[in-house]
Amino acid sequence: MASEEGHHGPETSSEYISHHLQNLQVCKSDSGEWVWNQCAGNFYTINVDSMFWSVLLGLLFIFLFHRVARRASTSKPTRWQAFVEIIVEFVDGSVKDTFHGTSRLIAPLGLTIFVWVFFMNLMDLIPVDWIPWISSNFLGIPYMKVVPSTDVNVTFGMSIAVFFLIIFYTTKYKGPFGLIKDLTLHPIAPPTKGIGLVFAPIIIAFNFILESVALLAKPVSLSLRLFGNMFAGELIFILIAILGLWQLPLHFGWAVFHVLIVTLQAFIFMMLTIVYLSLASESH
Amino acid sequence: MDINLTLIGQTIAMIVFVGFCMKFIWPPILNAIEERQKQIEHGLAAADRGEEKLKQAQAEAEDIIADARRQATSIIDQANARANEIVADGKAAGQKERERQLAAAEAEIQAETNRAREELRGQVSAVAIAGAEKILMREIDANAHEDILGKLAQEL
Repeated sequence: MASEEGHHGPETSSEYISHHLQNLQVCKSDSGEWVWNQCAGNFYTINVDSMFWSVLLGLLFIFLFHRVARRASTSKPTRWQAFVEIIVEFVDGSVKDTFHGTSRLIAPLGLTIFVWVFFMNLMDLIPVDWIPWISSNFLGIPYMKVVPSTDVNVTFGMSIAVFFLIIFYTTKYKGPFGLIKDLTLHPIAPPTKGIGLVFAPIIIAFNFILESVALLAKPVSLSLRLFGNMFAGELIFILIAILGLWQLPLHFGWAVFHVLIVTLQAFIFMMLTIVYLSLASESH
Repeated sequence: MDINLTLIGQTIAMIVFVGFCMKFIWPPILNAIEERQKQIEHGLAAADRGEEKLKQAQAEAEDIIADARRQATSIIDQANARANEIVADGKAAGQKERERQLAAAEAEIQAETNRAREELRGQVSAVAIAGAEKILMREIDANAHEDILGKLAQEL
């Protein structure tokens, strides 16, 4: 435990925790150079560990599923193909239950989100010190956060893509005016004639504020839900890891419980994406 | 915990992965599933048709068997009738043959009787001559008395 320290003297618990919560970062400093791990407050920073694991797990998803897709056999499916088909049918069923239009994008989007997020969350079950220990002792990398979904940038990155898809689908199915109507004429329909017309601008402004907040809350809640769950889970793993020998049963118990969270959060992210997009494409 | 460029990187990664999935992963897998669903559907329909055909074939077979049974019965009836006819014919022929044989036997018996009688006649004349010879104790010319002996024999 706590073997990856970079400085002298025994590590305190708070140092251990904050070290575990530190991303491996590279950024462009004010002098124009790319520097490692001195990036606080600099927007032009890349969390190398998050990106690495996220892309690696994405490629794992692509590899595993593309292998099946390439050799998809109708009459003689392999066991792995059968398993992949179960997932695909599950996602397809969820999409068909919720989204009533026809879209070539939503189902593959759901599948990618589900499996990718699941893989990213699953990294949480690797004991917290293993990969950081290897990377600091053998690769000379001081920081290594291995669970991409505990990085708010990663979850926000995904939910922002979903946000733009919501805008895109609203425009596609209702036209640009549909988007504006959605934002201004709900939930209170402004009066169109008579003396009430005076209040129409106020009502429209009120609607607009309300609906804009609702629209913006979608990606924010989507990403923060995933981030919060995974970050909290990771933090508890780290706290358990401080306890010495007692960590073994506790770690096991929390890991069992966490398997549920890992799957559930991946499913929720996928399902909410589908729901938001189907809401965007249906008129009220 | 700051928002930084990673966010955009992740968005780009997501677009790439989703795009790849949409182009190269989802369609073939779903195709395979739908193809199999169709195959299963067709298979079940074919099984239903097969069962229907089996039922028809069974009904047909039963018809054929009943037909065959009827034919067999009629053939047996015909055969029985024919056998009776043959037996009757045989009886009639036997009867005729018996009568013919009987008549032939009777005729033969008649002829045999006549021949025996004829022979007896001849012998009788010889016996008569011998008797007469013994009685007369003298030679009588058989040739001289042949006509008489002939007449005697005739009268027997």
